[in-house]
Amino acid sequence: MSSELRTAEAGAAVRIEPRARPRTSLLAKIWTITAKDLRSEMRTKEALNASIAFSLVILVLFSFAFDPSSDQFQEFSGGLLWLVFSFAGALVLNRSFARETQNDCLDGLLAAPIPAAALFLGKAFANFALLIAVEVVSIPVFGLFYDVHWAGQFGELALVTLLGTWALTVIGTFFSALTVNLRMRELMLPTLVYPLMIPALMAAMKLTTDLLAGTPINAENVFGLKLLAGFDFIFTLLSLVMIDTVLVG
Amino acid sequence: MSAVAIEGVWKYYGDYPALKKVELRVEPGSSVALLGRNGAGKTTLLRIIAGLSKPSQGQVRILGSDVRQERARRRIGVLGHGISLYDELSAAENLMVFARLYGLPDPRKSALEWLERTGLERVRDGLVREFSRGMKQRLAVARAFLHDPEILLFDEPFTALDDRAIEVLQKLLSGAHAAGKTIVMSTHQLKEALVIATHVALIRRGEIAYAGERTQQMADDTGWLYRTYEA
Repeated sequence: MSSELRTAEAGAAVRIEPRARPRTSLLAKIWTITAKDLRSEMRTKEALNASIAFSLVILVLFSFAFDPSSDQFQEFSGGLLWLVFSFAGALVLNRSFARETQNDCLDGLLAAPIPAAALFLGKAFANFALLIAVEVVSIPVFGLFYDVHWAGQFGELALVTLLGTWALTVIGTFFSALTVNLRMRELMLPTLVYPLMIPALMAAMKLTTDLLAGTPINAENVFGLKLLAGFDFIFTLLSLVMIDTVLVG
Repeated sequence: MSAVAIEGVWKYYGDYPALKKVELRVEPGSSVALLGRNGAGKTTLLRIIAGLSKPSQGQVRILGSDVRQERARRRIGVLGHGISLYDELSAAENLMVFARLYGLPDPRKSALEWLERTGLERVRDGLVREFSRGMKQRLAVARAFLHDPEILLFDEPFTALDDRAIEVLQKLLSGAHAAGKTIVMSTHQLKEALVIATHVALIRRGEIAYAGERTQQMADDTGWLYRTYEA
């Protein structure tokens, strides 16, 4: 059925003039989303406090389970650290799009003239900052409890941490969007994220273990760094391409 | 050029067709009341017009542009079932976030201006979580009007409003209509809606059962439309 709603007065009197396009850069919009998320989180500190507390508890409990001075521990120190980051990170990432379900805030963002990719990046940068904050607290505690001299290869360790954290951020933020309307999203997010994270986690674990043992990045382990960078690039690109379909359906 | 052109829109939820080949054209300056019983498809249609959901078939054009284009979204103001405001942010912060996303030249000035127009200037620094339902709704109205959109899409705008909020909203909608804005609103509250509606579209089980000008008979007897076209 074709229906046309028109009156002579409405049709004739109103002329819609094309408007000048407001000049706001994409970066400014991305920053608006990032700042909004960080400000919201800082007001409640729900995810940040839970994540930091969780990582500290895990680190303390594991220190009772293993002998930190043993040679065997040196072989999985990086693995332990990244497991802590991943589990604690899930608490932050779960909140990312869940925050937008309250009051249907996501509708407000989707109706605004901002590309879904920019919305995704804004939220990913906020998550990245929060995960880095958790790691900045966790790494010194890890060094203290496990007698690990993490500052020895600080620059390279920072690079591996940044690349691994971005991998966790980008996958976690994407699946946070995908699972936002699921009732069991707290369970679904880790279930979906961890299997996909395996290549990046393995590379980050190996590199971190080497760096904590005092071995710098060299020809033997540089593949892990390349894998991390490639993983970040590919999954960032995939997320940016697919996020509009995920959010609008 | 139509303000809103809905062309052959179908929407399926699984196998269930929530909308069946909906065709509707809303001309600039019209004020359309989208009527229908619960589950008729009003909200689904409004969400598709607003670009919040994609149709299974067909398309929606806003002033000639696809609704998912930024150009189109800049020209619409949406007020859905939820208020789309952040509880942890203040009233002014909420409006400034959206003012920035819409690229307004002075976000703070725009936010304060709309807080004043909706009678919320005294609580501009109060967190939204501390607001009453009516205050939240007024702030949501301010958010929808903030960027001076040419097309206003409101889903049940009068629901759960106190008298003051209804008065504020009716004044704003009347002003917007007088200024030549196009208004599409879904509602159950015919009395309030028909005050400003120039046109009426009735949805029955996902189909447009009636679309045309609002008549005096509809205003005098709000049940007439349902009795006549839903039988």
